[in-house]
Amino acid sequence: MRASDLLTPAPQGLYCPPADVWIDPVRPVARALITHGHSDHARAGHGAVLATEETLGIMAVRYGPDFTRRAEVARFGEPVIVNGVSFLFAPAGHVLGSAQIAVESEGTRIVVSGDYKRARDPTCAPFEPLACDVFITEATFGLPVFRHPPMEGEIAKLLSSVSLFPDRTHVVGAYALGKAQRMAALLRAAGYDRPIYIHGALDRLMAFYAAHGVDLGEIRLVSSQAKKDLRGEIVLCPPGAIQDLWSRRFADPVTAFASGWMRVRARARQRGVELPLIVSDHVDWDDLCATIREVAAAEVWVTHGQEDAICHWCAAQGIAARPLRLVGYGDEGEAEPDAAPEERTPGAEQPR
Amino acid sequence: MKPFADLLDRLAYEPRRNAKLALLRDYFVRAPDPDRGYALAAMTDALSFPHLKPALIRQLILERVDPVLFGLSYDYVGDLSETVALLWRRDAAIAETPTLAFVVESFANASKSDAPALLARMLDALDETGRWALLKLVTGALRIGVSARLAKTALAQVGEVAPDEVEHVWHALQPPYADLFAWIEKRGPRPESRDPAPFRPPMLAHAIEDADFDKLDAKDFVAEWKWDGIRVQVSGGASASGRQTVRLYSRTGDEISGAFPDLVESVGALDGALDGELIVMREGRVQSFNILQQRLNRKTVTPKMLLDYPAHIRAYDLLAEGGEDLRALPFHTRRARLEAFIARLDSPRLDLSPLIAFETWEQLRAARSDPAPAGAGDDAAAVEGCMIKRVDSPYLPGRPKGYWWKWKRDPFAVDAVLMYAQRGHGKRSSYYSDYTFGVWRAGDKGEELTPVGKAYFGFTDEELIQIDRFVRRETINRFGPVREVAHEPDKGLVFEVAFEGLQRSARHKSGLAMRFPRIARIRWDKRPRDADRLETLERMLAASDLAGAGNG
Repeated sequence: MRASDLLTPAPQGLYCPPADVWIDPVRPVARALITHGHSDHARAGHGAVLATEETLGIMAVRYGPDFTRRAEVARFGEPVIVNGVSFLFAPAGHVLGSAQIAVESEGTRIVVSGDYKRARDPTCAPFEPLACDVFITEATFGLPVFRHPPMEGEIAKLLSSVSLFPDRTHVVGAYALGKAQRMAALLRAAGYDRPIYIHGALDRLMAFYAAHGVDLGEIRLVSSQAKKDLRGEIVLCPPGAIQDLWSRRFADPVTAFASGWMRVRARARQRGVELPLIVSDHVDWDDLCATIREVAAAEVWVTHGQEDAICHWCAAQGIAARPLRLVGYGDEGEAEPDAAPEERTPGAEQPR
Repeated sequence: MKPFADLLDRLAYEPRRNAKLALLRDYFVRAPDPDRGYALAAMTDALSFPHLKPALIRQLILERVDPVLFGLSYDYVGDLSETVALLWRRDAAIAETPTLAFVVESFANASKSDAPALLARMLDALDETGRWALLKLVTGALRIGVSARLAKTALAQVGEVAPDEVEHVWHALQPPYADLFAWIEKRGPRPESRDPAPFRPPMLAHAIEDADFDKLDAKDFVAEWKWDGIRVQVSGGASASGRQTVRLYSRTGDEISGAFPDLVESVGALDGALDGELIVMREGRVQSFNILQQRLNRKTVTPKMLLDYPAHIRAYDLLAEGGEDLRALPFHTRRARLEAFIARLDSPRLDLSPLIAFETWEQLRAARSDPAPAGAGDDAAAVEGCMIKRVDSPYLPGRPKGYWWKWKRDPFAVDAVLMYAQRGHGKRSSYYSDYTFGVWRAGDKGEELTPVGKAYFGFTDEELIQIDRFVRRETINRFGPVREVAHEPDKGLVFEVAFEGLQRSARHKSGLAMRFPRIARIRWDKRPRDADRLETLERMLAASDLAGAGNG
């Protein structure tokens, strides 16, 4: 089967005609396969959803239990067959429950990697490279200026600022799903044992991660504390809250932001960030190139991000590559530098 | 290099003046000689690296990185030094990093042919922040929001002396300023020779609002034109040994004499300090700011530039004369001294900015909206508005309340349609923030939009994000870094564009160029078909020509 007959880009997302299913559709469809819980990939209102147990759980946290009529659990390593097409879920290393989906029929295999990273993450299973004919990749940080530094150094930067300014609250912007939990876990791994304070919008996903066995240590809501008790403490909040009225409750705060975008100085300045922390849940340039080599695909399709550079690099390596120009991705998390709409996700993340 | 690089890095993220001062003080106290002296020199623009041009840095990176990938990266990052710093790979085998003094002294001693390899070796040895700081340093474009005055103020604070004290000794000194630091740290005497041509911080005005006029009596004030050039200070005098010096300073205390040798020569005998506007004069007429811009931001100038763009100063105020400080005197006394001073100096490059005759605020309002008959004559197009000054005001540094106001002219405005967008640089890098807009005219194939200008400010950060989204969504063509955006009668984005004036221009297809255009409002409510036509602009130009404001 030709790859373009097996999966084809459409306004709703990636469509698989022989199985009549969609992957990460941005509009409601009869049957959707979802790679991970970020709101631009996982939307409410599909007839049926096939995803990992964690992703289904995250969707229920965010949209309520009625986010779909039928939720089906996909397990890593156990293919689901629909009309003769095999769909195999494998870890993507992006956030808890995140998966790649290998779509295979009549000897043609396409891997939809979703969003992914190769760097170590204590909060989710590591990315598993799958050999394939076509590799579909994101390119959020698909420029050679994006090389994420070792995250230990970034955590050390935060901790040394805390010891340098023991009277100032360190307000760290971190995306609600994935980044906030990873920051907490990395702080714990670095030996930080003070309570970590959070914005109410992070509460339910923090609890969800903890319930799935991710050790986040003691987490407390900011709203439960007097202002003076937060001097010298670390507070995690959605990125949009850094410059919000909300952050004015802290005395002389240090504003930090954990994101791959912090690699570019103008980005940090545009957001008024004083302490940029380069911690990303997406592959950087080196890992993107290495992954494309590793899966040894003959063809690469690029879903969203900086597609020009990676398509050029692929061409120079003799790999056919094309941008899919899918619309609608990059509205949550790091995928688009200026967007931080997860705070606006309906219902699920309001302070309790 | 690391302490200096960390300092620049912190300063770059720090918007607050007091926090910048604290960072600078901390650095000056901790860093050793001669590194800190070279750092001070870098921030006061006293260093130059003539062999290291942006073209060379570009060439070095292109030897290491695919040109297409470099181009896309530069387009995204919007800053050459930072792009190269991010793309360059550190050589992990090199354990030692160069100090700031090593960097400065090595390049001072290196030949032009050795400089590229030397720079590459230094880049190999530094981490990202170090590479960025090194490239900022050698290209002379720190852009960290630190003026010469701010750096000297921080140093003065370390020594608990007044910033003017540092200014007074400053020009007798050379990098790396060991004797200056010794004096500041009370380890040595005050550096000997007093500077005969020091910088004196300028007095600035508040923008006036309509309600202010009710509280102000016109009789207590004088008014003068606000010229559309750059505010400068000329300071001159003889040293103890009798040698005459004249220097030209920007408003922030950066010395710009090197870019204006014609002016400096013409007022060479000046003994005192003048506050005035730097403009370009041709055949007795003040030229537009666009023309002046050709001479700005250059360290040196060619003879042709001196001929084509003759610089001139229109004086507002006299701060010192023959060693006497006039700043405490009332304005009218200083003004009388200024008039006599200008007459005596008799330089063709220096004249007096005239006062505007008025008795009521209404009269001044009329003069401001139509400066030509009110005394500005042929120079009316270069009038940016009025300055209103209390007749008894002393000359105080900074922006004191209650003495001086500026009253700018109302801008022109048209509704135009966004046609092309380009990514910005600096603060706005990676957003589509440079907009080319057009108005309607009758073309060969019916109605068409013709570009009339380009603007890259006037909108808020929030609006920038909205426009950026619009550009990404409505792109119909890409030409390298430029995106063509949908612009049809019923599809597209309308801007209300404000501008200060219009000129004929052969460079633009429409035959017109706007002065100082900016986005006044985004008209999400309007359709492109409702935007203005070229005829409207032609009428505006004709009207301003009739008023004597045309500027060829």
